[in-house]
Amino acid sequence: MSATSGTAAAEQEQTGAARGPDGVEPPVLEVRDLEVSFPGGRGNAGVTAVRGVSYEVRRGEILGIVGESGSGKSVSSLAAIGLLPDYAQVKGSIRLHGEELLGLDDRTMARKRGHAISMVFQDPLSGLTPVYTVGDQVAEAVRVHNPQISRAAAHKRAVELLTLVGIPDAERRQRSFPHEFSGGMRQRVMIAIAIANDPDVIICDEPTTALDVTIQAQILEVLKAAQRETGAAIVMITHDLGVVAGLVDRVQVMYAGRLVETGTVDDVYYRTRMPYTMGLLGSVPRLDQDEKSPLIPIKGNPPSLTDMPPGCPFAPRCPIAVEACDAGEPPLEQVGGEGHRAACIRAGEIESNSWTAHDVYPVSEIAHDPVSQVPREDRGTVLRVEGLAKHHPLMRGALFKRRVGTVYAVDGLSFDIREGETLGLVGESGCGKSSTLMEILSLDKPQQGTVEVLGKESGRLSNRERFDVRRDVQVVFQDPMSSLDPRMRVFEIIAEPLRTHGYAKDRIRSRVLELMELVGLDGSAVTRSPAEFSGGQRQRIGIARALALEPKLLVLDEPVSALDVSIQAGVINLLEELKARLGLSYLFVAHDLSVVRHIADRVAVMYLGKIVEIGDVQSIYRRPTHPYTKALLSAIPLPDPEKERRREHIVLQGDLPNPADPPSGCRFRTRCQKFAVLSEDDRSACREREPELRHRVEGAADQAAACHYADTEGSR
Amino acid sequence: MAKFLVRRLLSYLVLIFLASSIAYLIAATTLSPRAYFEQQQPPPSDQAIERQLDKLNLNPETPLAERYATWVAGVAVGDFGQTITDQSVNEAIARKAGVSLRLIVAGTVIGATLGVAMGAYAAVRQYGRFDRVTTVAAFFLLAVPAVVVAVTLQVIAVWINDVSGMRLLEYGGEYSANLDAGFWGTLLDRVQHAILPTMALSLSLFAAFSRYQRNMMLDVLGSDFVRTAMAKGLTRRAAMIKHALRTALIPTITYFTFTFGILIANATFTEKIFGWHGMGAWVVDSISTQDVNAVAAVTFFMAVCVMAASFLSDVLYAWLDPRVRVS
Repeated sequence: MSATSGTAAAEQEQTGAARGPDGVEPPVLEVRDLEVSFPGGRGNAGVTAVRGVSYEVRRGEILGIVGESGSGKSVSSLAAIGLLPDYAQVKGSIRLHGEELLGLDDRTMARKRGHAISMVFQDPLSGLTPVYTVGDQVAEAVRVHNPQISRAAAHKRAVELLTLVGIPDAERRQRSFPHEFSGGMRQRVMIAIAIANDPDVIICDEPTTALDVTIQAQILEVLKAAQRETGAAIVMITHDLGVVAGLVDRVQVMYAGRLVETGTVDDVYYRTRMPYTMGLLGSVPRLDQDEKSPLIPIKGNPPSLTDMPPGCPFAPRCPIAVEACDAGEPPLEQVGGEGHRAACIRAGEIESNSWTAHDVYPVSEIAHDPVSQVPREDRGTVLRVEGLAKHHPLMRGALFKRRVGTVYAVDGLSFDIREGETLGLVGESGCGKSSTLMEILSLDKPQQGTVEVLGKESGRLSNRERFDVRRDVQVVFQDPMSSLDPRMRVFEIIAEPLRTHGYAKDRIRSRVLELMELVGLDGSAVTRSPAEFSGGQRQRIGIARALALEPKLLVLDEPVSALDVSIQAGVINLLEELKARLGLSYLFVAHDLSVVRHIADRVAVMYLGKIVEIGDVQSIYRRPTHPYTKALLSAIPLPDPEKERRREHIVLQGDLPNPADPPSGCRFRTRCQKFAVLSEDDRSACREREPELRHRVEGAADQAAACHYADTEGSR
Repeated sequence: MAKFLVRRLLSYLVLIFLASSIAYLIAATTLSPRAYFEQQQPPPSDQAIERQLDKLNLNPETPLAERYATWVAGVAVGDFGQTITDQSVNEAIARKAGVSLRLIVAGTVIGATLGVAMGAYAAVRQYGRFDRVTTVAAFFLLAVPAVVVAVTLQVIAVWINDVSGMRLLEYGGEYSANLDAGFWGTLLDRVQHAILPTMALSLSLFAAFSRYQRNMMLDVLGSDFVRTAMAKGLTRRAAMIKHALRTALIPTITYFTFTFGILIANATFTEKIFGWHGMGAWVVDSISTQDVNAVAAVTFFMAVCVMAASFLSDVLYAWLDPRVRVS
């Protein structure tokens, strides 16, 4: 039993919940052999999204359901709360307190929804009705189940709930509309709605996926508080193995609509018996491992749910698949500890040989980059940015526009990238990462400062020179679904930059095929359109297009954040390999610090348009000196249950301040955990003087932080 | 918010002035009141025509600017001048505006409400039988000109009256002349007369609104906040009405402003076809009698109607979308 369930058990004793005859408390929610299918029609085949899933949660317990997109984890939970579309066919049994929920009509089910069973959804930005105040929407949840309650009393309760989930000044802010709240605040409101009627089960569907890590840490705290308050069972659906590790008691891994491994967190993480789970755990870049080893990519893609292979659905991607795997789907069977079950016919072998992910998955060594042997100072500079600033004017008025303020999107940024080097640019959304990229890519004269690409200064180029520089700087975008023209064939997409830059016609074809091979795609696929590829493959096409002109610098804007972890690992490995083979330099923008740690040589941490800490990856991750860097690193959950439970997270308060009105002096001071414990005298420096970016630590040549009170000795 | 509405109102006044001025100038330059008098039987003498034209401020010999100035000076004190038969335009407006307004208001309210309700319901039951029927009906009505719809309705009314053997539906005039049937009898008579023209007017509005509302509703049906509302414990129906429809109504309000102009044009045909003596019928008659002042006055009336409609939609918009109010 884990630490979290210990407190839950204590609470069960206090509340004295009803127990079954054998002393074991009956489950609150019990799902048996759930099957959900969406019938096809008009030429589309039907899809069976969930194929026989069973689970149960008890009072005070947190159950994690982990899986990649399309694994059926969300569909199974939507079935439990009765929110699937009408045409979905649901079979099996879902019992809440022993009462069957399947087949209930909408009116009866509505009485349970939000009362006995409630849900927190993924995207808080679109989850609230834009035309009602947040107070009204919380009060509505109260009133719909307690019609006798007066309007005033419901609003009083709404304010209580909003205070509980950490909305400051709830009395006043309950009159705000959703668009006046940040994403994190809206998610708090969603949680307030979910706990409004003391539910017995709360289903959380990726509640933190759309949020920044610092906000994610806040929301996880709120969820824990909400559970303490209501004593509810929580079903936590996520793709993030880190989030699950420290939070849940039991975890279930789903693949292709089925459970493939279930058990306590420790069993599943430390005594993994299913190759898919191993792959998932191995494909996550880790913050807690010093040794840089290549990630484990799971080859191939999840099977199409319309056309399932007869055997184990994971067999086509499994490195240890044998012939027997194709014979039939393996049942979920007991392996080892109590409640630990896995669906793999070789689970016994894995156990007796105590195989780990690195034994099961063949790991390819990544070629060493010859450039990295040369000291940094001796390498040429690919990109130099000095004092770059981008300010957007804030305008008001319809006919006569007047300037009412300035958004300081990027405010004095300096860094450089050498040959064969990767600089990771990290920070929360809204910190100016993307604005920086766009300023660099525009090749126009910046408002302030200079941008020098391969020794040529932006804004001082003739059109011809600019065109030539474009050849050397290419970009890969975040969303592979929208960055490729859906009406063009892959061949056209990759050939377009070649044609634009006047490649000889006869050379284009061979170059395109060469590029396809370089990014690990089959050359014969060039006649297909992007829609026929999966997300990871599309991102590879995007990379091939960017590489077509043999650039020196590749700008990567969150290239893997839209991909599933197992796919993400493959793309990261590819990027590393390409860098070594082609001697590229990367400017890698990401919000995921573990990915950056894995791929970058140097890292720059941005906050409100400024770099607060910059340096080589080893120094920054081992010995962060700026409070913000520390908080960011601390906020990332580790996919290691024991370490995660022992860790103390630094939870930053509040949201990113308004970039149109940044705090005086140090911009981070309003949320700084260090500022909070400083004496009043020491604080005045933070308020009055803006800290400059300079070396703070003895012995670390390449590390600079912008903090008056940065740590000076090496400790974490 | 009030400031915003006042500013809007002021700009509407400017627009109304411009619209009626342009209408006056066009009418004054293109219509030929002299021709109207010359073809009278027996033809009046040249001096008599001249006198009459001067009296009515219609003489093309007078410079346009001068005639316009006279007209504006009149309008400024609320006098729209005389018709070509030397009657007060103001009195005619007072008599006819009510007729048109009754038709337009009833047509708009019925057409828009039905269109919104049926469009929203069709979206909820997408590809269902109701959706298919309303889709076909709406496209049919959109494809057929309002005139044809009105005449078809008359034909159907005749048939219904024949079959039932009673005069259930009236299709000429606004009321029966010399009827003496007390308050309820008069009301019934009015309703009998009003059904067909109101239907003719509201059908095309219904068609446009149901299509538009259906699309708007489809956009929000699958949205996360509707799902949140249901997860709270609202029934599907309650979530649809309180959260989905409420949000989907906002763009429809803007659309209302655009369709209102077309509605007024349709009202003109409808009045003419059903023999209602409203503003629409009057403008058609005035053009054929070369009546400049009447044409300008009717244009003024129509501009006021359109601006009133857009002001109404501004108010409705602010009421429905609180985001406008806060920012």
